[in-house]
Amino acid sequence: MPLVSLKINGLKHKIELEPNVTLLDALRERLGLTGTKKGCDFGQCGACTVLIDGRRVLACLTLAMMHKEAEITTIEGVAVAGRLHSLQTAFIEHDAFQCGFCTPGQIMSALGVVQEGHAKTDDEIREAMSGNICRCGAYTNILAAVREEVTRASV
Amino acid sequence: MTATVTRESIVGTPVDRVDGGLKVTGQAQYAADTPVEHAAFAVLVSSTIARGRILAIETEAAAAIPGVLKIFTHENAPRFKQPDPDWMNALVPSQTFMPLQSPEIIHYGQQVAVVVAETFETARAAAALVEVAYEVKPPLLLLHDPAAPRFQPDVFFGEPMQDARGDVDAALADAGGRIDATYTTPIESHNAMEPHATIAQWNGHRLIVHEPSQWMIGTRNYLAKVFDLAPEDVHVISPFVGGGFGAKGFSLPHSVFAAMAARAIGRPVKLMLSRAQVFTTTGHRAQTEQHLRIGASDDGQLTAIDHASTISSSYAGWFIEPPGLTTMFLYACPNVRIRHEAATLNLPAPCPMRAPGEAPGMFALESALDELAAQLEIDPIDLRIRNDAQTDPKTKLPFSSRHLVECLEAGADWFKWDRRPKKPRQMRDGDELVGWGVATATYAGLRGPASARVRKEDDRYIVEVATHDLGTGMYTIMTQVAAEALGVPISQVECRIGDSRFPPAPVAGGSQSTASVMPAVQAACLKLRESGGEMAEADAAPGDEQGRYSFQSFGAQFAEVRVDEAIGRVRVSRFLGVFDCGKILNPKTARSQMLGGIVFGIGQALFEEAVVDPRTGRLLTDSMAEYRVPVNADVGELEILFVEEPDYVLNPLGARGVGEIGITGVAAAIANAIYHAIGKRLRDLPITPEKLL
Repeated sequence: MPLVSLKINGLKHKIELEPNVTLLDALRERLGLTGTKKGCDFGQCGACTVLIDGRRVLACLTLAMMHKEAEITTIEGVAVAGRLHSLQTAFIEHDAFQCGFCTPGQIMSALGVVQEGHAKTDDEIREAMSGNICRCGAYTNILAAVREEVTRASV
Repeated sequence: MTATVTRESIVGTPVDRVDGGLKVTGQAQYAADTPVEHAAFAVLVSSTIARGRILAIETEAAAAIPGVLKIFTHENAPRFKQPDPDWMNALVPSQTFMPLQSPEIIHYGQQVAVVVAETFETARAAAALVEVAYEVKPPLLLLHDPAAPRFQPDVFFGEPMQDARGDVDAALADAGGRIDATYTTPIESHNAMEPHATIAQWNGHRLIVHEPSQWMIGTRNYLAKVFDLAPEDVHVISPFVGGGFGAKGFSLPHSVFAAMAARAIGRPVKLMLSRAQVFTTTGHRAQTEQHLRIGASDDGQLTAIDHASTISSSYAGWFIEPPGLTTMFLYACPNVRIRHEAATLNLPAPCPMRAPGEAPGMFALESALDELAAQLEIDPIDLRIRNDAQTDPKTKLPFSSRHLVECLEAGADWFKWDRRPKKPRQMRDGDELVGWGVATATYAGLRGPASARVRKEDDRYIVEVATHDLGTGMYTIMTQVAAEALGVPISQVECRIGDSRFPPAPVAGGSQSTASVMPAVQAACLKLRESGGEMAEADAAPGDEQGRYSFQSFGAQFAEVRVDEAIGRVRVSRFLGVFDCGKILNPKTARSQMLGGIVFGIGQALFEEAVVDPRTGRLLTDSMAEYRVPVNADVGELEILFVEEPDYVLNPLGARGVGEIGITGVAAAIANAIYHAIGKRLRDLPITPEKLL
């Protein structure tokens, strides 16, 4: 079985991986990084969103082996040394989740949205966050949290 | 603890979720996240036909893949007996049928094999190689298929489903039968973000199960019965649940299959349903067709309502959606009749989905009332106020607390309802016609028995209840209630739930957890505080007030829609929900529950429909792309108001549940707003673009 080196949240992991293992299953089942969620395994719900070299990627739609040289960031890498990222704090303050299952994907996606810098208005944020389904329906509060972070990032 | 400690007001304040830190960092551990040493993976194989029998099932090619440990089919699976639903003993399977026991196929997606392998990838690849040859019979799929067996269900949790008061036919004849219309709602799917998953592990004769559950005690009792174990030998663990909406309440066969596989291979087994399997094996809201006839006086006093519902049912299930129940008590009307008829079809087993009965039923009733208001040229709010009832017209008991009129009036004020033109098609903004609609919301104020335990460890207090947090905020409000009762800050309280060994609580269904569990938590904490001891337990149960009052929550839903007639597009640009749910224990988490209910209702109104191929019975919408739920861009400005009138008759906290009322009336408010915008009445959900063109 091929030995694959993956760089996740700044740490290098060497693991044996069959070529048909998705990045999502590698994170969850091989590396114990279960913060990234499997909602549909089909690229339709956004729960498995991670950042690869700063870009939003659905971890269920890409094979782990394809990312040997990349910087992968998962929800576990967002808070630094136990200090929450301002976006994470905003999610808590605005109650931008209920069951919490889509939340890692929402947060990773929102970090991507902020970095992309395209979404400024409420409608643009809603549009940019619409690849991440929240069945609990926390959209109003997700918008408020992301809006706060977008505003913070643009000053 | 001394008596000098002042009792801070913690209950009723908008405390941030106590589990928020875990949820925003990915540390909250859902069932499939549980680390289990040496686990094997199980993948289900699903039937591709809806009715017939398995002629042959070929597993050799799958078994030949290195890493495959075991394949179960109906030919080699152990024999299990599906228990009957038994509410008295907290044991309620979602379906009447146990798969893998015979070659018979009764619905599309039925489990026909379980493949167990060393890795998920191997199990999935092997599952794809299991070949099934079927003898296909024509499935019964349509509500009006003359070949489908039909029956009249008697009761829904004790409430008669065939019920009447007064003389409906005579009153309808007198009133000239003002409204006579049929409303239809499709099969809908819960689609919680977390797919069902079970990790089963045997420790000798003891079974440990990690799975997302709205009813751990129910699952414990189910697995104990199926495997012939003592209930205390089954341990169900479910600290975080990634949404449920009813689909994780009753017990499901895949839990049995995970335990079966784990016992056979002598290792823990992790069984995760695919999203498609979530659609076909974990329940759905049944299809309904509702015929409403309403009689009223010229000034809008209701004189008769006849509500006849036809419901899709299943060869695999027992649960019957009850859309008519609310009609029996919502308004003061002397002559009311409800009827329910079910058609048994080759569909998966239905189950409760957020506000079962109310969600489809109030779409029909509240749409019909809007039609009546338009016909009589009465404001739809006035019509509802004129027919308000302070005594329950069904039970003749007083409502413990009913503030529907206050909800309607507060909402009208906030929404500036007095600016609403009386006739349709009067408000235009660019290419869009704008409309405003209103509907009543209601849901039962249930309460059941519950127990709680609190322990003191140094300066910390550990509170334990076998209750559930599906995103409802249970962890948080429980912490608030405990802290206030103990007289300590919430930082000193740790609530532990999601474990079947803790003191028992009801199913997280029927919006009853707050009203049931909080009195027990409060009582246990007060007991500890008064005794000054290390540990206290308390039971809390409803008393004789249950026979003296009707308990019900109410609300008013206000929708603003924008309709582009050229392309058939509806946008919900503004929505207000005003709710009377007694004392609100946490305005932040309660508001979220209401927002979520409204978003669910927007989905019901405009998007959600499970489409079954009428020839094959195949579910065509078994993915999150095909079954559309609202996304962020579908949701406009939402606002929530609470008319906060504590209901101390129901319990010492004055609180009723908030989980389900939020969806009720939403689809009607939106359909009524669409009528106001364009003058077209839409009675068939979901209201998709082609129906507007």
